[in-house]
Amino acid sequence: MSSASPTAYDMKLALPLAGFLTAFFAAPLAILFLLSLQVDPKGSAYGLIQYTNFLGDLFSLGVLGSTLLLGLEVTALCLLLGYPVAWIYTRSGPKVRSLIILIVLLPLLTSVVVRTFAWIVILGRQGIVNSTLLSLGLAETPLKLLYTQGGLIVALAQVQMPLTILPLITAIGRIDPNLGDASASLGAGQWRTFVKIMLPLSLPGIIAGAMLTYAASITAFITQSLVGGGQMLFMPMYLYQQASTLQNWPFAAAISIIFLVAVLAVVTLFNLLGRLSRGYANA
Amino acid sequence: MRVDWEALSFRLAMGLVAFVALVLLVAPTAVVIIVSFTSGFSLRFPPPGYSLRWYGELLDAWQLHFAAMNSLKVAAWTTGLSVVLGTMAALAIARSPKWSAKLLDSFFMSPLVLPALAFGLAGLMFFSALGLPVSPMTLIIGHTVVCVPYLVRNTVAALSQLDPSLLECSASLGADRLYTFRRITLPLILPGILAGGFIAFMSSFDNVPVSLFLRDAATDMLPIRMWQDLEGKLDVTIAALSGVLIVVTIALIMVMERLTGLSRRLA
Repeated sequence: MSSASPTAYDMKLALPLAGFLTAFFAAPLAILFLLSLQVDPKGSAYGLIQYTNFLGDLFSLGVLGSTLLLGLEVTALCLLLGYPVAWIYTRSGPKVRSLIILIVLLPLLTSVVVRTFAWIVILGRQGIVNSTLLSLGLAETPLKLLYTQGGLIVALAQVQMPLTILPLITAIGRIDPNLGDASASLGAGQWRTFVKIMLPLSLPGIIAGAMLTYAASITAFITQSLVGGGQMLFMPMYLYQQASTLQNWPFAAAISIIFLVAVLAVVTLFNLLGRLSRGYANA
Repeated sequence: MRVDWEALSFRLAMGLVAFVALVLLVAPTAVVIIVSFTSGFSLRFPPPGYSLRWYGELLDAWQLHFAAMNSLKVAAWTTGLSVVLGTMAALAIARSPKWSAKLLDSFFMSPLVLPALAFGLAGLMFFSALGLPVSPMTLIIGHTVVCVPYLVRNTVAALSQLDPSLLECSASLGADRLYTFRRITLPLILPGILAGGFIAFMSSFDNVPVSLFLRDAATDMLPIRMWQDLEGKLDVTIAALSGVLIVVTIALIMVMERLTGLSRRLA
């Protein structure tokens, strides 16, 4: 008898990808870290000066803060709008389900530039929102919607909402429907059942969706720059300006590392919360 | 008959918010399609009249054609490379109880989490430290790093749904491992590989942050070209191009749904 199970493949098959990612992903990140320790672009000395420059500068800290805040606002809006979509999906027949899933998948797979371009058309001075407001007499002159924080949050929410909805569908679908019936037969109304049963039990999906949405919206370079415009600066554009326009490589590298650490911290925090919530949902 | 206002208000609130969300999801796509048929020179909505003129302009936009060809070529190479590397890695780590398999899985997924722009800069620094100038080759390598996780994830998922007794049957009937892989495993996981390859292709075709740093000046990429056109002036030709991209994306989703059950894999 051969001892190898027919379902297990040799771990050696993972070597090419492991080697590829070590050479072209891990090694570049190590180089980036080394570069961020250079005092000047020539690399005449090493130190933490780029980091102290960033952390001691109110402008840089402001960019970091507004990026993290933007992610929170977008994630909150996505959860608020996305949860009912996932809830309706789990309670619909196959026809409605496939329609909802198409509506959710289409933006996910459409080019980000195209989706962002749509928001320029919608929010522009001659866009659909302004022409509706003007024709209804709700506004006298076109409102400035593009290049505002509010416009950017709505546009980013639309671009990232599929990432919120898909894990929610999985999580809500896993909840035993008998629990809702039990709650109702014990006299709880729909609202109470939702708040006390459905919401807590779908927490793993809420956290998974929030993590994906948050990470995607703070790194959404294209949407931030096109809908947010030049006056609002977020970490990705800050990084790109320092690297590409100013050629200040060590500082750009330090921005990258700080941004990377911020994203990793958020992901770790969400993973921890997720583990806690799974324990809670399974208890 | 007694009306249950409590239940009604709940259904109404849920239904209303879900409706708003679904309209919000669809509206941008619909607006782009409508505005791409405008007869005017601006992105005014609703358009002053309808025509196919901007689709006609698109036929002559050689810069966009050139960029589209580059993006297609890079996406094709990236997908090919990701399929080979990702499928092999998935075979090794799926179903393996070893802790090293779990560790490798996290490693293979990590490019998805980290900001792609930071990786783009890192890649540029890395290649210049090696003395390698940026080229279509460095671009394909960079794209593969950020796209290969989709292959690993979808192939691992397909493998973990595979019934092991099928493989045991095949082995006990005297088939060797390669034959079993070719005749049993591969046909059963092929939809997963296809779905992963499709997502990798779309994501490479749409990539801006990695391309910004790792392309050479001669290699114009479609999403960068579009982005720069939109930063400068609002060109209606971009609306026609967006219309074409949307229709192609919908068609591809439909085909992939038939072939692979794409929506079940993503939800």
